[in-house]
Amino acid sequence: MTLLSNRLKLATSVVALTIAGLAQTASADTLRLLTWGGYAPEDVVAAFEAETGHTVEVTLSNNEEMIAKLRATGGGGFDLAQPSQDRIAGPQAEFGIYKPMDLSKIDESQFIPSMLAATKGNTTVDGAVYGVPHVWGTSGLVVDTAKAPGVKDYTDLCSADVAGKVSYRLKRPTLIGFAFAMGLDPFAAYGDEAAYTAVMEKVEAKLKDCKPNVKTYWGGGDELMNLLRSGEVVASMAWDTGGWKLNADNPDITFVAPASGALGWIDTFVLPAKGGADQAAYDWINYVMQPEVAAQITAVAGNFTASKGADEFASDELKARYQASFSPAAVDNIKWYPPVPAGLEVIEGGVLDRVQAAK
Amino acid sequence: MQAGARLGFILLLTPLLLWLTLLIIIPHIDMLLLSLRERVGVGQYATSPANYLTFFGEPLYLRTFMRTAVMSVLATVITLLIAFPVSFYIAKIARGRVQSSLFLLCLVPFWVSELVRTFGWMILLRETGLISTLLQYLGLASGPVEMLYNDAAMMVGLVYTSMLFMVVPLVTTLESLDDAVIEAGYDLGGNGFSVLREIIIPHATPGIVSGSIVVFMLSLGNYLTPTMLGGKDSLWFTELIYSQFIVRFNWELGAAFGFMLLILSSVIVWGMLRLTGQTLEKTMG
Amino acid sequence: MTPDLECSALTKRFDQSLAVDDVSFSVPPGSFFSILGPSGCGKTTIMRMIAGFLPPTSGDIRIKGKSVLDVPPNKRPVNMVFQHLALFPMMNIADNIGYGLRRKGLLKPEITRKVGEVLDRIGLPDIANRKVDELSGGQKQRVAIARCMVLEPDVLLLDEPLGALDLKLREHMKIELKALQAAFDTTFVYITHDQSEALVMSDQIAVMNAGRFEQIGTAQELYYRPDTAFVAGFVGDSNRWSGKVETVAGGTLALRTDGGLLMRANAHDRSLAPGDRAEIFVRPEAIRLARSDADLAHFDNRLNGQVTSLLFNGAASRILVQSAEGGPEIEVTLPQSGEFSDVGRGDAVHIGWSGEHSNCFGLTGAM
Repeated sequence: MTLLSNRLKLATSVVALTIAGLAQTASADTLRLLTWGGYAPEDVVAAFEAETGHTVEVTLSNNEEMIAKLRATGGGGFDLAQPSQDRIAGPQAEFGIYKPMDLSKIDESQFIPSMLAATKGNTTVDGAVYGVPHVWGTSGLVVDTAKAPGVKDYTDLCSADVAGKVSYRLKRPTLIGFAFAMGLDPFAAYGDEAAYTAVMEKVEAKLKDCKPNVKTYWGGGDELMNLLRSGEVVASMAWDTGGWKLNADNPDITFVAPASGALGWIDTFVLPAKGGADQAAYDWINYVMQPEVAAQITAVAGNFTASKGADEFASDELKARYQASFSPAAVDNIKWYPPVPAGLEVIEGGVLDRVQAAK
Repeated sequence: MQAGARLGFILLLTPLLLWLTLLIIIPHIDMLLLSLRERVGVGQYATSPANYLTFFGEPLYLRTFMRTAVMSVLATVITLLIAFPVSFYIAKIARGRVQSSLFLLCLVPFWVSELVRTFGWMILLRETGLISTLLQYLGLASGPVEMLYNDAAMMVGLVYTSMLFMVVPLVTTLESLDDAVIEAGYDLGGNGFSVLREIIIPHATPGIVSGSIVVFMLSLGNYLTPTMLGGKDSLWFTELIYSQFIVRFNWELGAAFGFMLLILSSVIVWGMLRLTGQTLEKTMG
Repeated sequence: MTPDLECSALTKRFDQSLAVDDVSFSVPPGSFFSILGPSGCGKTTIMRMIAGFLPPTSGDIRIKGKSVLDVPPNKRPVNMVFQHLALFPMMNIADNIGYGLRRKGLLKPEITRKVGEVLDRIGLPDIANRKVDELSGGQKQRVAIARCMVLEPDVLLLDEPLGALDLKLREHMKIELKALQAAFDTTFVYITHDQSEALVMSDQIAVMNAGRFEQIGTAQELYYRPDTAFVAGFVGDSNRWSGKVETVAGGTLALRTDGGLLMRANAHDRSLAPGDRAEIFVRPEAIRLARSDADLAHFDNRLNGQVTSLLFNGAASRILVQSAEGGPEIEVTLPQSGEFSDVGRGDAVHIGWSGEHSNCFGLTGAM
């Protein structure tokens, strides 16, 4: 009997120690970063760890999965996340998965002022600011200009001369892009469910008509790159970086800003509601926003950052590609995503489901 | 001594109970409660069957549901038709090293992840892929042939992925059939067909049923293969669940879908057992 | 009369080895023919060739005078009772027995009638709806035979069907099999490695060794007049000595064993010359036991020795005797008269036997 109770004591203390050990690993020195591929390059992480003594655990994801993950834990499990600026206010109001930023801990002088102000405005809920900008870019068209010279706008993907050789994602950017190309303004209808539904119904009809033209709806970046590289697809909706990467291999393929305007997005830094290592998170933000570091990230991710002065460190090739795709007029024409009101995804989801099901 | 045995029993039982409650029962209760919740405003929810009504009210959901069920049954039947002769060859005709290496061959594809296997099929079937190029080279096709992104490609992927799970139970049951019983079937005047119908298939029924249940479940719950090989028309119920949970943030509807899938698979498995006169104990034991 | 089964110059070669080597025999209608041999001698191969599961390398198989080499197993007028019976576990007894009839395309009432009849004949009329695993070993045995007999084959092949039964049941089934064979009046070809099965049931027995038939004959012929040393050693128990022939006089010869004993034996027309190496076989029951040498005066072989052990086995009890002149222990049957019931270990005894009752074979080849 005494033996048993001794064993029990031993077992209890082992369990207690294990729990303590687990808690230890989650202490303030570890930054659990939920981000996109390319936003936390290994050399940047290594330099940051050497400088600050923090350790960084990187989890790669995308907008929807980031929100789903944070929702599942009520905002726990990560110390810093990087959703797009339009996906902060809505989910925060609905699920309360983020916590406000202490802007005094961030070196605001490292940011491009206009971009910082816009992001703050878009991520303000009940008077508190939740996000600051990090990486920005656009989505538009990637076109093989030799094989499909006629593709200038989203709706051109539905023209007969590229039948069976186009692709796009069955996701919300496609809906928004097509709406603009059809002369509608979805962003203006954001606040009005009835108006937005009307816009989406028109887009739905267009996409159903367009369906026979589509080879496949792409799901991941690699899949799209393969389709374009092999020539099975000659025009697609895609991110600017994808087009520029392909341009390096094949000069005919490049990113084209659509006539109706490229769609601009900004990925941000936000603090998950139950994040434990806020100081490490602020340290990371201040570290990666230094111009030299930001330029390193640009070199890997392919997109520019909101870091002031980082352009000077960016490679000339990337700048050249950027300028070839974006005339000054095209830059002015970029449609920046406003915050998505909660519940809008349900309307869009219905449209996407019906398009997928259409013959 | 008695107390020691009791303690041992409890210790052995604990992992099973923990597994059942923590990973099966509690999440399912949670899912059920979630599926019965309706969003009535920002951050506000009420209990209602609205999600199930949405499911039955939207033809797209019902269609996808039925399509997934029918295609999974079809995949199971095709897998069985291909796996049966293969298993028979491995269990009854091949001997020694040929036997084990054939069995190994069935296993080899499972050394790589499902993603890699699916990519393999994409490389083979795509317009600029191996088969298309070969056909053009042989002059059998005048231009590139696209074999990807349709239901047939999806079916190929599903069957390929499920093959092993049909072959293993079939080989096991067929191996337990005494060769002399088959010979007796011939000796007493049977031909190949009647021996197959009256002796081999009845004997292999438990293996056929357990293999079919596993393959059906795997096909029904497969996400990767239908999405990647099925292309723009691929509609698979798991895709709907995924998009409700991840893309739409509509966990309530997603949970309701999940429950419908659970009910569907339970009903079909139950029907399969009834139809073949098997019981779950007989098949799995 | 045409034999039911006739094999001529039957040969089967597997890759390198010769499993069946030029075997010829014929089985007259209605007889019980056994092939007896140790495992691996090729008897199963013969059986499978007759059933049609294996094609012979050369030679012919004729049933009722017609060659069946081109007939597939499901069309041959032979049926087989398998070693483990191979009843169909997925069917009940009536379906098991009716299987072959269904294959012949008989109508349902006809099948039911025939199945009922054959169940009556094997004395198990009430088991039609039972499952296979509900039957006892002996019942299964009878069902397996009934399943074949209902098809009225010309020849029934039985592949050691009693091997799986326990001893008591095996003894009982031997008698029953013989009775069934008589009742059905069908030719049985039975293979076994168990000599007592073959001896008890068969009209004719072929002893097989290493792919060849050593001898075909009745049980008595094999037992008392073995043709070869193998048959003498394999069928029944024997005491065995090897040695060198010293003198030959008519049918009788004298042999000096390797242990130095001089023995007389009958060569039974086998040509042996002085100086040849030979083996002598003497059955334990041919040896007479006595308390004094005088009682054995009329025997031409006489030894005295000591009992080293008593092998009590009821009616088949024996003793082992160690001869004073050396050599291996000799097995001697204990007479049932009770005269030697008090014999025990260490007792001095005299033994003797007639040269007529011993068999002598020349040793060829491996020396």
